[in-house]
Amino acid sequence: MILSKLVDLGQPEVGEYRVKKTKHYDVLIVGAGVVGCAIARELSRYALSVGVVEKERDVSFGTSSRNSGVLHAGFNYAPGSLRAKLDVEGNRLMEPLCGKLKVKISKIGKLTVALNEEECRELERLKEQGEANGVPGLEILDAAEMHTIQPGVEGVKALWSPTSGIVCPYGLTIALARSARQNGTDFYLSWEVARISREDSGFFLENSQGEELKASVVINAAGLFADRIARMVGIRDYTLYPCRGEYYVLDKRLQGTLKTLIYPAPRKNDPGLGIHLTPTVDGNILIGPSAEYTELPEDWSCSAEILENLRQKGRELFPDLSASDFIRSFAGLRPKLAPPEEGGNRDFVVEDRKDLPGFINLMGIESPGLTSAPALAIMVRDMVKNHCDLKEKDLFIEELPGRTKSFAESSPEERAALVAEDPDYGEIVCRCEQVTKREILDALSDPLGARTLMSVKYRTRATMGRCQGGFCLPKIVNILTRELGYSPEEISLRDEKSFFFPGRVRKEEGSR
Amino acid sequence: MNLEERDLVIIGGGPAGLAAAISAWEAGCRDILLVERDRVLGGILNQCIHDGFGLHTFNEALSGPEYAARYIEKLRNTGVEVLEQTMVLHLGEDRVLHLASRGTYRTLRARGVILAMGCRERPRGAISIPGTRPSGVFTAGAAQHLMNLENIMVGNRVCILGSGDIGLIMARRMTLEGASVEGVFEILPYSSGLPRNIQQCLNDYDIPLYLGTTVQKIHGSRRLEGVTVAQVGPDRCPLAGSERYVPCDTLLLSVGLIPENELSREASIPLDPRTNGPLVDSSFMTRVPGIFACGNVLHVHDLVDYVSQEAEEAGRFAAAWSCAAARSSANSLSVIPGEGIRYTLPQKISSSESTTLSLRVAAPWRNRSIVVREKEKIVARKSLVRLHPAEMIRIALDAKSLLGVHELEVILQ
Repeated sequence: MILSKLVDLGQPEVGEYRVKKTKHYDVLIVGAGVVGCAIARELSRYALSVGVVEKERDVSFGTSSRNSGVLHAGFNYAPGSLRAKLDVEGNRLMEPLCGKLKVKISKIGKLTVALNEEECRELERLKEQGEANGVPGLEILDAAEMHTIQPGVEGVKALWSPTSGIVCPYGLTIALARSARQNGTDFYLSWEVARISREDSGFFLENSQGEELKASVVINAAGLFADRIARMVGIRDYTLYPCRGEYYVLDKRLQGTLKTLIYPAPRKNDPGLGIHLTPTVDGNILIGPSAEYTELPEDWSCSAEILENLRQKGRELFPDLSASDFIRSFAGLRPKLAPPEEGGNRDFVVEDRKDLPGFINLMGIESPGLTSAPALAIMVRDMVKNHCDLKEKDLFIEELPGRTKSFAESSPEERAALVAEDPDYGEIVCRCEQVTKREILDALSDPLGARTLMSVKYRTRATMGRCQGGFCLPKIVNILTRELGYSPEEISLRDEKSFFFPGRVRKEEGSR
Repeated sequence: MNLEERDLVIIGGGPAGLAAAISAWEAGCRDILLVERDRVLGGILNQCIHDGFGLHTFNEALSGPEYAARYIEKLRNTGVEVLEQTMVLHLGEDRVLHLASRGTYRTLRARGVILAMGCRERPRGAISIPGTRPSGVFTAGAAQHLMNLENIMVGNRVCILGSGDIGLIMARRMTLEGASVEGVFEILPYSSGLPRNIQQCLNDYDIPLYLGTTVQKIHGSRRLEGVTVAQVGPDRCPLAGSERYVPCDTLLLSVGLIPENELSREASIPLDPRTNGPLVDSSFMTRVPGIFACGNVLHVHDLVDYVSQEAEEAGRFAAAWSCAAARSSANSLSVIPGEGIRYTLPQKISSSESTTLSLRVAAPWRNRSIVVREKEKIVARKSLVRLHPAEMIRIALDAKSLLGVHELEVILQ
């Protein structure tokens, strides 16, 4: 796998890296998922030098883009736990944050449904737990009340949570990163940490190409790889167990049928929250996730049995679903601290290591990591305070430029105005999602340097519709090759190993 | 917003839109707008650089672009207004259209609309192949577009899932460009492509066709590394023990075409679950007055000649509706596909006009007849030696034989 050659601290390699010019940061964050990017953005308020290192070519290429995109209210977690505290706080911070960053969010609420008496008691317990955690507005509804929110749900009672909702997970991660970048944070993409050594003056991070960065404070936000990063500095207390969740994405034809989030009452020792339907902020519906432990932290494959199970589940809930309504399957991995034999969940670990001053360690940030990210960022900022002087910058730019609504989501009048203002808005590249050439070009000129098809996809939704890129892939390729001068070989899905094309069919006049 | 009034708007400048525009013009309609989202007219024909088009219409084997050129030249001699690089973003039941093009967003209302949007390919998600999602998996048509129009090679070692015609054509095309095609895998016990394509694209190049076989799993975390193929039983489920790993860097999917009816849905046009296209009467009018449909948006055709013929008829009817405001309210009767028939089209016909039914059988047969009847009364019969779901069958119905008929059933005998 990716990090096969680990060199532990304790046998530091004394070599030429000491002679090379090494950039020194106050803080380096390892990992550009939603947590790393939220921390980066929070720290960019202060007069600090901050860098983010990420092994992938773009932010949000791991778990942050492969989840349900649910904003949790915070009633599922034990009172007093970090998860409870950070989730409730994150939920409160999320809406204003998304407003500033122009990220799609919708507080559609959630029904946790009980099918029998025993599950009704579980709802009562959840309500009490939620109230102890400070979750506002929880109510137990009878079947009739439940049906006014979502007609057709089966169940005797439900716990209604009005502060639950949905958010665009990769949209949030990218926006946090852009905001941090806008406020001076450096991003080192395709920069995979190979070893970390510590001296009195700070931490030295070296990548697989032998390049080196130095920092006084290192924040481990490496998600599925956080245990490996921790081991590089000699922390052997943690092992992460990747737990895979598979999903189906349903066609937008069903948009509007699901008014709220609907979950089954939780079962003991379930590593997830049960298979459920989740509407997305873009109008699709997700079925999933399953929960299965795997060996590898990047095994995003889907299995025949689980896909069949999810399809069945989908047909039970929507009897008229046709084969073409299942437009895509995908999988994400939860970085779990609880081993398979234990099941269930453990609390997040967020620690300012006393044994390694300056090493802030985040471990097991699975669900509700997305919701918690803004609160985690503040918690980590307070830990950074123990090591650096935090002085607020004179100028911190809170808001991102641009629009929240895409062209596709705009009214006819707004569309006409956009097209009149910039002719590139009139050229539709992705027909299913009605993504315009302007939006593709904007994605490609992202300050983070997005250059892969996945980067374009997460920024624009091109290829995410029902034809899955059959129509727009050639068009995007055309823009890249004919207008931006890429050679076909340079076009890739997520990195150079996932190239799309071996080259030209025939040599072209004047082509590269 | 300003609403521009037009007599007839045709959505799509592929073979259906072209033929419909020409025939509507010839029928006397003088205000016709043809909207095409690509840079040039011709639709999917432009990427079909192989020959075999026009055998029925022109008695010649033309390439796709040549076939399109015949219609484009003819269209240039009419006064049909053509908007290229323009996409219809909205169609309402009230026949209001929103059009976007470089620098222009316009709204207009048409008296008549012809849907000629064609079809799209079924993507991987719709057939749910387990495994990873690396680069190197393309629909066959997207690969054809990239190779023939963008001059970009999609891979070197290729497996093809599905024996639809585009998959077969691409097996030959990639072989000719130096790729190694490991095989074509078809889950059904018979090919879903035209027999002449099996011969000319596979047999002539020694490319194996594995029937009753499917791709069970996709391997490779970045670029495709290989596929697991397996034979399937009668229930189309993989047979344990028959799995085989085939190394490849490219998988082309030719697993079916879906009529592209997003705009039709938006306009509340009822669709037939069998054809996935609109329900139409014998004038090719959908259930929404003034909106007509023809070509692959209506039902997937195997020959472009039939698309052109169908579109010519639709164009005439749409012209009569839009321009002479001749709203026919002829007696109509339903046509229902019976035993052994996958679908028939139109689903409603006029009992006072002669018409041609298009249909497909549900499975391959030899020496069978297609019978069109109302209870015991046989309206038409066509006997065929070879019947195949891949080949569309057309039967002419004489107006005289429809006298007194209320509902027709089409069956296989």
